[in-house]
Amino acid sequence: MMREAFITESNCITPIGFDVAANVKNIGACVSGIQLHQNSSLMMAPFYASIINDIDLDTAFAKISPAVNYTKLEKMMILALYPIAEKSKLDFNDRTAFILSTTKGNITALKNKSGENFQKAQLPHLAKKVADFFKFKTEPIVISNACVSGIMAVSVAKRLIQSKIYDNIFIVAGDEVSEFVLSGFNSFQAMSDAPCKPYSKNRNGVTLGEAAAAVLVSSNKGSSKIKIIGDGSINDANHISGPSRTGEGLFRSIKSALAEAEIEADQIDYISAHGTATSFNDEMEAIAFNRLGLENTPVNSLKGFYGHTLGASGLLEAVIGIQSVLENKLFVSLGFDELGVSQPINVIEKNENKNSRYFLKTASGFGGCNSAVLFEKVN
Amino acid sequence: MTENKNYIHSFCTIQNNKIVLNDETVFEAESTSFADFSKQAYKKLEINYPKFFKMDSLSKLAFLGAEILLKAEIDPEAENNIALVFANKSSSLDTDVKYQETISHEENYFPSPAVFVYTLPNICLGEISIRHQLKTENSFFIFEEFNPEFLVNYANVLLDTKKADKVLCGWVEYFNEEYKAFLYLVAKEGVVEHQIETIKTVYKK
Repeated sequence: MMREAFITESNCITPIGFDVAANVKNIGACVSGIQLHQNSSLMMAPFYASIINDIDLDTAFAKISPAVNYTKLEKMMILALYPIAEKSKLDFNDRTAFILSTTKGNITALKNKSGENFQKAQLPHLAKKVADFFKFKTEPIVISNACVSGIMAVSVAKRLIQSKIYDNIFIVAGDEVSEFVLSGFNSFQAMSDAPCKPYSKNRNGVTLGEAAAAVLVSSNKGSSKIKIIGDGSINDANHISGPSRTGEGLFRSIKSALAEAEIEADQIDYISAHGTATSFNDEMEAIAFNRLGLENTPVNSLKGFYGHTLGASGLLEAVIGIQSVLENKLFVSLGFDELGVSQPINVIEKNENKNSRYFLKTASGFGGCNSAVLFEKVN
Repeated sequence: MTENKNYIHSFCTIQNNKIVLNDETVFEAESTSFADFSKQAYKKLEINYPKFFKMDSLSKLAFLGAEILLKAEIDPEAENNIALVFANKSSSLDTDVKYQETISHEENYFPSPAVFVYTLPNICLGEISIRHQLKTENSFFIFEEFNPEFLVNYANVLLDTKKADKVLCGWVEYFNEEYKAFLYLVAKEGVVEHQIETIKTVYKK
């Protein structure tokens, strides 16, 4: 008999709040973090993005540490983990793991190519800095698997707990808006010239964002109401910079999660999908969901609130999704107007009340990667 | 922790202009750059896959290792549930530095999507998946150094939970012409038991 794994705590640091309650309150009021920015050190032309205010971040960080030698991303990650680590009262021994998910980490350090800066751009260096703050004993496990990194971490943590390798796993996922990533998405002509509009007819690309999210995954249920019941992370084997047109990898990832959870697709009450608002991604998701008979299941993308926060997105959106399930709510898929995918899907058009038991989180990314995790609300 | 015994089916090392499969040298080149070495290896192994030349160095390195180990394993007529569990230290930093160069000078600003896409370490998994049509579990991890404990545990988890029939594990480190690839295939049948100590010994060869 495999052990069970639970999400016992969660938190997030985003432009619309430095804890889950503040985020959910803003989402309830349809307040988005996306704004028009004019910052030539990030991009020559004005651009839409969801960016955390530096002063607010520094003020919050000063309340937990007098240290000044942390980068913006490190502060975001430490602040996301801090209340969870404090509240857990756990002994950080060799049964406690630490997973850090990111796509680009401190990539901004490469702008100034000194030796020290180069060090900072190494992901193990970032992980060690965050781990040392909390005095974790085990070597950090870094996941860098494009835009599925954040939700893949939940899957990896669950598997390690099931197999009794660890009892408790702290996860933090984070990425920041950088010139590096902005210029890259721009070179792909994948950036929207307005706040992103997932699944809409008039969507025309991604809005980037930054955030950090954190959870504690534990074998000890405690007062947790969220169990991780199945997962899959399966590659499309189709293209490195675009999704499969049939949604093959996503389809199989969800199938794998359902088989493990021993539930049918029609039992899923709510899907927090990826919805980047690129033409190909949203279309691919609609196809995959239809192949599974999920066309009537309420679905949202939270990118309209946060933009695409890359390696943070999967975990951030799971944290918000979990909270909506706990509060018996469904949150609006902000930016959606008229359905713009070829297959029908049930996009959530306004905040509403609904009691959900099974919740699916999915993500897809460059390299043909996909990840799906199923959660169950338990008593 | 493992419920069933698993086995190391085969292993491959690529370093110092040399490719070794199960202790036997498959290909060796005179002292040269990685670009030249990988091109020579591609020809010698008769790979015939032009997409190879569009890849960055990390993907070429991982691709060559996978080619050596999977050639005999893949049944093109069947579904091959071989998971990919890869890791390294420097992520995609070699290509990151090259991409950064293309956006650092206002007068010489030419970001290219063909370079940008390789600024993620898991792209090499996508390349291997496409080549061998592996619609399977994929994940890329980063550690300060080769971490046999994690790789062995995670491969066992995938096999024991039946998420995969076999697991191709790989340590694929590439930065600035310094490289090492160590890949091995874990299966449910075999002779050499899949144990941390064994992996450590084979890695050091």
